[in-house]
Amino acid sequence: MIEPILTTRDLSKSFGGLVAVNNVTLDFAPGRVHAIIGPNGAGKTTLINLLSGDLPPSGGSITFKGRNITRLPAFEISRIGLGRSYQKTNIFPQFTCFQNCWLGAQSRLETSMKFFRPAAAYAEVHARAERALDLCGLTHRRDLPPAQISHGEQRQLEIGMMLATEPEVFLLDEPLAGMGPQESEAVVRLLNDLARDHTLILIEHDMDAVFAVADLLTVMVDGRVLATGTPEEIRSNAEVQDAYLGSGEGKA
Amino acid sequence: MSLKTPVTIFLLIAVAGLAAFPHFSDEFYLEFFTHLMVMGIFAMSLDLLIGYTGLVSFGHAAFFGLAGYLLAIVTPQDEAVALWLSLPVCLAGAALAALVIGWFSVRTSGIYFIMITLAFAQMLFYYFNENEALGGSDGIFIFSKPFVGFGDWQIIDLANPTTVYYFVLASLVVCYLLLTVMLRAPFGQVIQAIRANEHRTRALGYDTQRYKLVAFVIAGTMAGFAGYLEAVSTGIVSPGHLHWHNSGLVMMHVILGGMGTLYGPILGAFILGLLHDQVQEVTEHWHLVQGVFVIFVVLFLPRGIAGLVGRLFGRARDLDTEETRVADDDEHKVGAEPNGERTK
Repeated sequence: MIEPILTTRDLSKSFGGLVAVNNVTLDFAPGRVHAIIGPNGAGKTTLINLLSGDLPPSGGSITFKGRNITRLPAFEISRIGLGRSYQKTNIFPQFTCFQNCWLGAQSRLETSMKFFRPAAAYAEVHARAERALDLCGLTHRRDLPPAQISHGEQRQLEIGMMLATEPEVFLLDEPLAGMGPQESEAVVRLLNDLARDHTLILIEHDMDAVFAVADLLTVMVDGRVLATGTPEEIRSNAEVQDAYLGSGEGKA
Repeated sequence: MSLKTPVTIFLLIAVAGLAAFPHFSDEFYLEFFTHLMVMGIFAMSLDLLIGYTGLVSFGHAAFFGLAGYLLAIVTPQDEAVALWLSLPVCLAGAALAALVIGWFSVRTSGIYFIMITLAFAQMLFYYFNENEALGGSDGIFIFSKPFVGFGDWQIIDLANPTTVYYFVLASLVVCYLLLTVMLRAPFGQVIQAIRANEHRTRALGYDTQRYKLVAFVIAGTMAGFAGYLEAVSTGIVSPGHLHWHNSGLVMMHVILGGMGTLYGPILGAFILGLLHDQVQEVTEHWHLVQGVFVIFVVLFLPRGIAGLVGRLFGRARDLDTEETRVADDDEHKVGAEPNGERTK
């Protein structure tokens, strides 16, 4: 059994009376693609928000490489190597695609409290931003602002910004949402590439894509983990079929 | 760089005009222009917050007035104090005040940020207004200008209005260049990102509150520098320097002049100041004229006076508005570097 890179123990989050994430205990193995699926409202995005520090948990703990990161603010979590992308495109609309990636790349400097040397003179940041832009397939859109590229390309940019921070673990919240089939295919290819030397945790509704890239699946229902297993195990799990896959709304 | 050439040419002409101005001016306008340049520095420092970081501070006059009062406090009754000594003291005082006020303020946002900065500034206003030892509501005179020199050797004489004028002009240029350099550096990139999308900036790994606090301290210190220059040039400091009227006035300079441009707020200070000067000679209803002017600029020049300058000099650049974004497609292809290009 490999040492997990990221673990949660009894992780919970409630909003008032609503328990969005309920005692979730999961291990994420390094170098694997672990997909979290489940119907809408199952608490998947909330779980990602807890892992990325966007939301503070109501209970339980999160450990990353042996370090308790439960209460770390989002910017610290990003800095120690957990990057995330958002389901709802969350970019800098005023800046060009390159500048968007630049901001991700620059965040890996020791500090950005640098006041004199022009940002453009930081060659390593430049290289990182260009690489991220290239990986997410937007080099040809480099100097356009997001308003001038397609919705699918904005989704790619969303991923590109995360790539520019060069994380070890990627938290991807519906990376394929709103993409056309061609763009989708390109992103699945990118995810497969990334999976070679990174850990990916992703939420996705596109089941074809999930089964194409995921090593492990966790099914969440009503904030709880229903089952975790390989795609085959999940496919043949009666409980899962009952709750989710077989219920005729596989694309919840 | 190349994109900004027309604006740069405009600024060079403006500086040359200001440099030549004392040769044509009487003493009244010399001192008036000195005051306008001081307000320009003040407005630029607020632009760093409003136009670049997205922090709408309504208490910026606190630092302006505080530094002036500190100069009055460190200046002995009938003796000059060295500039080398008084300037760092006054700037440090303004910076410290900005650190304390900022520490509380950057935890809030939007309307609460406006209110908390206003409340702090008004507290300081009442402190100086009620402090009889510092002249109460009348303010306090500074009889001896700071001494610039070594021993008995005076390098520049700040009692001479023309000398003060050039000293302030040089300060204005230096402040503009310092801010320009800073905005292109990694720090400037981060604060502009905060203004655009603070949540995402934090998610990318930036401690946005710290960056906002540092921007607040830098802006407060520069406002203090402006207040110091005002105290030096006029020889008097009064509670009015800290009053919310002054905070509102400088905010008007920033907004009318053009947020996020640095030179726009300077133009705003000059144009509003000169308009005031001209209008009050013909009518006492200055505020009516000011109101009409504000409405006109807000309705017809959404990017402020700086936007007009940009247009007159053949450029209308603003990535905030979609139309120009499409119209200026070509320019974006050039504006590839992660720096100030997008700000003009």
